[in-house]
Amino acid sequence: MADVALKEPALRRSVFEGLPLASRAAAACALEPLPPATRLSVRGRPGVAEAAAGALGFPLPTDVCRAAEAGGRAALWLGPDEWLVIAPEAEAATLPAALETALAGVPHAVVDISHRNVALAVSGPAAAYVLNHGCPLDLSLSAFPVGMATRTILGKVEVVLWRTGPDSFRLECWRTFAEWVVAFLNEARREFD
Amino acid sequence: MLIIRCPICGDRPELEFRYGGEAHVARPAATEALDDQQVADRLYMRSNPKGLTVERWRHVHGCGRFFNAVRDTVSDFFVTTYKAGEPRPDLDALKKEAVR
Ligand SMILES: [Zn+2]
Repeated sequence: MADVALKEPALRRSVFEGLPLASRAAAACALEPLPPATRLSVRGRPGVAEAAAGALGFPLPTDVCRAAEAGGRAALWLGPDEWLVIAPEAEAATLPAALETALAGVPHAVVDISHRNVALAVSGPAAAYVLNHGCPLDLSLSAFPVGMATRTILGKVEVVLWRTGPDSFRLECWRTFAEWVVAFLNEARREFD
Repeated sequence: MLIIRCPICGDRPELEFRYGGEAHVARPAATEALDDQQVADRLYMRSNPKGLTVERWRHVHGCGRFFNAVRDTVSDFFVTTYKAGEPRPDLDALKKEAVR
């Protein structure tokens, strides 16, 4: 039998590596990759929201299209029975188990989707304007205030958009769409170059 | 772009939605008792009216929920939307309201 030695895993590379994120347009709209994170899809009936506080430190938000955040963790309302939990990468092994414990007895599903998504910070005075090139939502502060988060579309891609500040958004897209999303946003902000 | 009111999320752009066919098409209780014609009718025959029609829509790029909508097939105007499971609204009353 051939002697097969397991190699050290190849160095981890971000999908954003080598993509043209730096631009003179960054003063108007900057694109910055956000670090890898633990991402969990949590599904369940309303009882899940309160029970999850046992693991997260705060209940899942039940207000439509809102995010809750504390202690480096965030939970985004995506649907009446669906949340996206984002936490530091170091919690990848512990948080799902903690949630399972907290949710024991309440019908639920916790699925690790950490590596399905990647995230970009889109920020600057023209951030909403640039996103609106492909996102048909009203992104004015009155219609889409700080703390609002929702699944929506950007061009042809489904994304999760979370307004983290008046001029800053967290944009989550599927990993394989990242290159397309960056190309799209670069095209959209070209007028500021 | 059309604005469609999701009964959960509120007013949202039409690109976030997907059409789901005619609403309130009930599955018969005893499908084994149907003849071929009845099965074909249930699967394929739709009312296709000119005017108000009741349809299923899904907020697929939003909250993910199915809901029902009353749409005017002449003007493409969404008269009203309501949650799945709620009864079909009185179309005659809606028509009168629309005229007013
Ligand atoms: Zn919705």
